[in-house]
Amino acid sequence: MKLRLAHLYPKLMNIYGDRGNILCLERRCRERGIQFEVEALELGDKLNAKEFDLIFIGGAQDVEQRRVADDLASLKGAPLREAVEQGATLLAVCGGYQLMGRFYRTAEGEELPGVGVFDLWTRHPGPRARRFIGNVVVEWQGKTLVGFENHGGRTYLGEGVQPLGRVVAGFGNNGEDGGEGAVRANAHGTYLHGSLLPKNPALADHLIETALRRRHPDVSLAGLDDRVEQAAHADAVRLATRRGIIARGG
Amino acid sequence: MRRVAAIAAAKGAAALTRALRLGGGTALPGLVAERIDPAIVPQMARRLGQGSVIVTGTNGKTTTARLLRNMLEAAGLRPVANRAGSNLMRGIAAALAESAQLTGGFPGAQRRLGVFEVDEATLPEAAAALQPRAVVFTNLFRDQLDRYGEVEHVAALWRESVQVLPASATLVLNADDPSIASLAQTARGPVLFYGLEDTTWSVEALEHAADARWCSRCGSELSYAAVFYGHIGHWRCPDCGLTRPPVEVACPRLTEEPQGLGLTIALPSGEVNGRLPLRGLYNAYNALAATTTAVALDLDGAAIEKGLASFTAAFGRQERLLVDGRHVQVILAKNPAGLNQVLRTITSDGSPKDLVLLLNDNIADGRDVSWIWDVDFELLAGQTRSLTVSGTRAWDMALRLKYARVDSFPAVEPDAALALRRALRETPEGGALYVIPTYTAMLRVRELLARWSRAAAFWQED
Repeated sequence: MKLRLAHLYPKLMNIYGDRGNILCLERRCRERGIQFEVEALELGDKLNAKEFDLIFIGGAQDVEQRRVADDLASLKGAPLREAVEQGATLLAVCGGYQLMGRFYRTAEGEELPGVGVFDLWTRHPGPRARRFIGNVVVEWQGKTLVGFENHGGRTYLGEGVQPLGRVVAGFGNNGEDGGEGAVRANAHGTYLHGSLLPKNPALADHLIETALRRRHPDVSLAGLDDRVEQAAHADAVRLATRRGIIARGG
Repeated sequence: MRRVAAIAAAKGAAALTRALRLGGGTALPGLVAERIDPAIVPQMARRLGQGSVIVTGTNGKTTTARLLRNMLEAAGLRPVANRAGSNLMRGIAAALAESAQLTGGFPGAQRRLGVFEVDEATLPEAAAALQPRAVVFTNLFRDQLDRYGEVEHVAALWRESVQVLPASATLVLNADDPSIASLAQTARGPVLFYGLEDTTWSVEALEHAADARWCSRCGSELSYAAVFYGHIGHWRCPDCGLTRPPVEVACPRLTEEPQGLGLTIALPSGEVNGRLPLRGLYNAYNALAATTTAVALDLDGAAIEKGLASFTAAFGRQERLLVDGRHVQVILAKNPAGLNQVLRTITSDGSPKDLVLLLNDNIADGRDVSWIWDVDFELLAGQTRSLTVSGTRAWDMALRLKYARVDSFPAVEPDAALALRRALRETPEGGALYVIPTYTAMLRVRELLARWSRAAAFWQED
């Protein structure tokens, strides 16, 4: 069995320790005897979505996000949308998440077109607006997810797209409605980095399983020794909630 | 009258914090002085007979500033400097107030020169207040994104600062860092570049933590004839032809020595052979930055050589201490580029290491610890005898090291005192223990080691 990962724009979209997400997926496949292949797709590279089980895009600064938005609009956006329609598994983090929506309006009012994988949009209220920075705890499928958020844009979900989880501590999509991230079909978007997956092995396994099921419908993942992961996860929950930053805007 | 009150109050606050041992007495005196007299920095800075110099950049500020002070002292000048890490406006105010007489003048004013390390984000304000003779930029790396904002934001802030400098101010720039070298494009005054020309130090590829791989002029991906660390090296844009500028101060030969570095430095006026009691390529760059600033200030080669050789490290910058018969070396690490350099340096001799890593997520450390995933901890595999992790984010560090496949799973001890005690026990007597903390963890380590080694001198760091 083999998991084939497309890593979109690793040279440009890599700012918040996104490497940890790739290391995590790789390790959790290899430990189970699942082969793992990752292909980096940069500006100008075509995305042939049929060749991949899982697609990952990370976060970046505004400058880089602009260049990526152009490349998505002209080259990779359409195949990406089509892949998600056909059930491909996607994880988009932070800046990558914003670009998967309909548009991202920057602090200066410039509108970057998104791919439209999700019916959502993101607006930055302006250079003076408060950034949403801090530890986050999210309730997801009866479990918790932990991470760190750092974004100026506020994301609002349209119809037909659900938040990934509910904010327990932190801001989430917009600091107003208590939602964090987005899910549609097998596409997942989130503001959480930290890195996201190493401390959230349940989410990592969910992505791996979902990705493999398209070609291996009966796949079921063996358990791994996650004591360190669980300790780090529990500690992150404790730090985020104890420090009284359960701050949801009104 | 207001200034006299401000200076007197700052001196009083400094004496009080020292007496009470409140962490070296750095922030309070400056805060007091600035509160009473907001114009204290520009007014007093004007009284420094030799003017001021600003040292800024992501990594290497403290060591560069200390090296420069040594060179100035060797040249017979009397530097006024802020303390390590106290690099906001209040740190500058405190340093000025402490050195001044109550009237606001300085004893021996005509030989006084301000050497101020300045936080990246404080540069515009400090440059306006100090009207410096020279500003040296060491490097620009991703660092504490939750605190400083994005790397591009810092770069934009610096470009603005450079434009408002007096036309007489010299910019001292690292030619090997493309985002520093590009500051010359907006300079109004003279520019001096420095760089490493000993390509035996080049590594195979850009590290994961490399930031500025894009051309500042046309946005294309840069190509490198040599990469030294991070995105530092001999770069060139294949599309528009922008390239590493020729340097006024070069290091054609850099060698590792048992207790430090041997440097040959080519100056416009001739060659200097320096010996620096610090290890690591990044410290060679600090030596070049200080040397080039000394050139900008018209110091001669003899003062530069003497300044390098007489250097003693600041706490947390490879200073060696004897604790319980173990040689403890504390090395501050606060971002991926810096920590990668530290790991490369301490693993270069291949012998098994005893090591403590302390990761805190307080505001001064950066609350976001995701940067540890950009660090190449894989360098430690096969290199450790004992490994202890500590700090508020000890478990995050433990998990990162699990992924790095280090030799054995680290001991996790969030409490710094217990972690250090354990690590000292694990280190054989007479052996070396490396302690690598983030900023606030370093303050705690300093307090503990000062107590244990009974070295009261810590509190008088400078």
